[in-house]
Amino acid sequence: MEKFETFTGIVCPLDRSNVDTDAIIPKQFLKSIKRSGFGPNLFDEWRYLDQGEPGMDNSRRPLNPDFVLNDPRYQGAKMLLTRKNFGCGSSREHAPWALEDYGFRVIIAPSFADIFFNNCFKNGILPIVLNEEIVEKLFSMAGHQQALALTVDLQEQHLSLSDGETIPFEVDAFRKHCLLNGLDDIGLTLEHVDAIKAYEARRQSEAPWLFA
Amino acid sequence: MSAKTLYDKLWESHVVRTDENGTALIYIDRHLVHEVTSPQAFEGLRLAGRKPWRVSANLATPDHNVPTTERSGGVSTIVDPISRTQVETLDENCNSFGIPEFKMLDPRQGIVHVVGPEQGATLPGMTVVCGDSHTSTHGAMGALAFGIGTSEVEHVLATQCLIQKKSKAMQIRVEGRVAPGVTAKDIVLAIIGEIGTAGGTGYAIEFAGQAISDLSIEGRLTLCNMAIEAGARAGFVAVDEKTIDYVKGRPYAPSDENWEQAVTNWRTLHSDEGAVFDKVLVLDGSAIKPQVTWGTSPEMVVSIDQSVPDPAGEADDVKAGGMRRALEYMGLEAGTPIEMIRLDRVFIGSCTNSRIEDLRAAAEVAKGRRVAESIKQALVVPGSGLVKAQAEAEGLDEVFIEAGFEWREPGCSMCLAMNADRLEPGERCASTSNRNFEGRQGQGGRTHLVSPAMAAAAAVAGHFIDVGKLD
Repeated sequence: MEKFETFTGIVCPLDRSNVDTDAIIPKQFLKSIKRSGFGPNLFDEWRYLDQGEPGMDNSRRPLNPDFVLNDPRYQGAKMLLTRKNFGCGSSREHAPWALEDYGFRVIIAPSFADIFFNNCFKNGILPIVLNEEIVEKLFSMAGHQQALALTVDLQEQHLSLSDGETIPFEVDAFRKHCLLNGLDDIGLTLEHVDAIKAYEARRQSEAPWLFA
Repeated sequence: MSAKTLYDKLWESHVVRTDENGTALIYIDRHLVHEVTSPQAFEGLRLAGRKPWRVSANLATPDHNVPTTERSGGVSTIVDPISRTQVETLDENCNSFGIPEFKMLDPRQGIVHVVGPEQGATLPGMTVVCGDSHTSTHGAMGALAFGIGTSEVEHVLATQCLIQKKSKAMQIRVEGRVAPGVTAKDIVLAIIGEIGTAGGTGYAIEFAGQAISDLSIEGRLTLCNMAIEAGARAGFVAVDEKTIDYVKGRPYAPSDENWEQAVTNWRTLHSDEGAVFDKVLVLDGSAIKPQVTWGTSPEMVVSIDQSVPDPAGEADDVKAGGMRRALEYMGLEAGTPIEMIRLDRVFIGSCTNSRIEDLRAAAEVAKGRRVAESIKQALVVPGSGLVKAQAEAEGLDEVFIEAGFEWREPGCSMCLAMNADRLEPGERCASTSNRNFEGRQGQGGRTHLVSPAMAAAAAVAGHFIDVGKLD
């Protein structure tokens, strides 16, 4: 995984709550056996006016001009601002894959669904929980003629505005460490092979039916 | 020793190690695998030169992409080449890594969350994971079961463990007895209506109370299946004699020599007297009526005798906006009585409601009646090959066919429309599945979630109707 570095990015405001994983990446695109290439189908049903199917040339499809991702102001956005319970529904990791493939590295919302939240960190995306009041303020700023750009500093755990104002955020220490260093979870876990084997030996004597 | 919740017990018995900030490595007893969320994980293993840690802890079956029409020709009968590739890839991966798999033509094949308990492959006290959010289903066995993403699928394959933080514990008690005709599906929809789709976020939910212990194991599977729709990754029910009776004799259940020891252990799988939960919610089971969702989120739900709500009455602007968007998508007017809503299709199936008791409940309603002329299609899709065989042994297939339903092969089917079973834009469906999200059953499709009996009643009437009122 790539290391998560400080960057400045445009904020795309998606003003909906309970955005589910079927909306993030519709099921017809889950049939791929690869983990890349989902970006053009991110929010497919909202983003295009026709019905999307795998294998289509997405550059030729009619765009929905009313959908925020198609607004010229937000082209190249690296941060997604949205409402509560973002990513609810399925555990499909295709959702963060699609967001990442599109270019989003930060998602800001008042709350996230658990599985999605967890999946983000495995894919170099930082989901940031901010309170409703701050989210509301960011929505109003992001809606201006001039798109809002924020700088994210994970080491210092804050977002900063161009005027220097900073917005602190919380992040789990272990996840922060993994993101900053681009660490692979499996490699970290395999450092504890002995502990896993010791657990298995103990468990097998206590609950042999689990190992039958 | 302080009183423990069931969640404490399930968690503590699986901790391999905990680091200083509370992040734990927990051991996974059972890993269920299907074709959609696993290919990239197997590919990851291969690229890193890793092998599965313990192949016998895994059990795979294809379910999302399989056709539910005649398919005796096997994988080659899957018309969509991308779907076919995904099922073939699962077969190849299981073959090459030695992972047990119920392939498409195996009579034990089915929806992974139906197959696990049916085989005794998911047992009380286990940790159970799968790259599928509805893994919460297996909590009905008194297990800690939750959905994971593909990175974690790879992690479990490689290490038999997951890096997790303990959730908070919530208890939802449904007190009293439910009225006849009110099912586990109605109970869980009523709970979601009460706490919302994010109400359980960050929590593991233990369902308890008279109305829950009254449920059969299959009812509890339906209940726990939808814990994730309340935002909780895991939902579970304490072990009781019903659980033990259910497990006994199943193919993967403990053998004779281990049985007594296992049962002794399982009888401890309940929250201790005085155990403290982070949150407790109490519902009156006797007040629950058959439920019907009206919108595009499972929390948008009302009782059958109510009307579609009016966003004008909602104080929260963001919520009112969501309601208006949902009404527009669903093609509904606020104030419309639920019983006036007419349907185009009916779907009875999914990991929520495709077990034998679900089919019996639907068949009881269908028996001697006819699907309304206005219904374009009424599908019954059993959850597994064994459920299908049992239903056929009981003659349920004939009941359905005589009534005008289509009787299909097992799979996920129209719950998420990854195979050929789907809604056309604008079509309205009474569905026993778990999600009414936009486009879930097909782009532009409109889903109303209900119980199997309510779906069958809607098929017969052509519109929603309280199953108790059917002529």
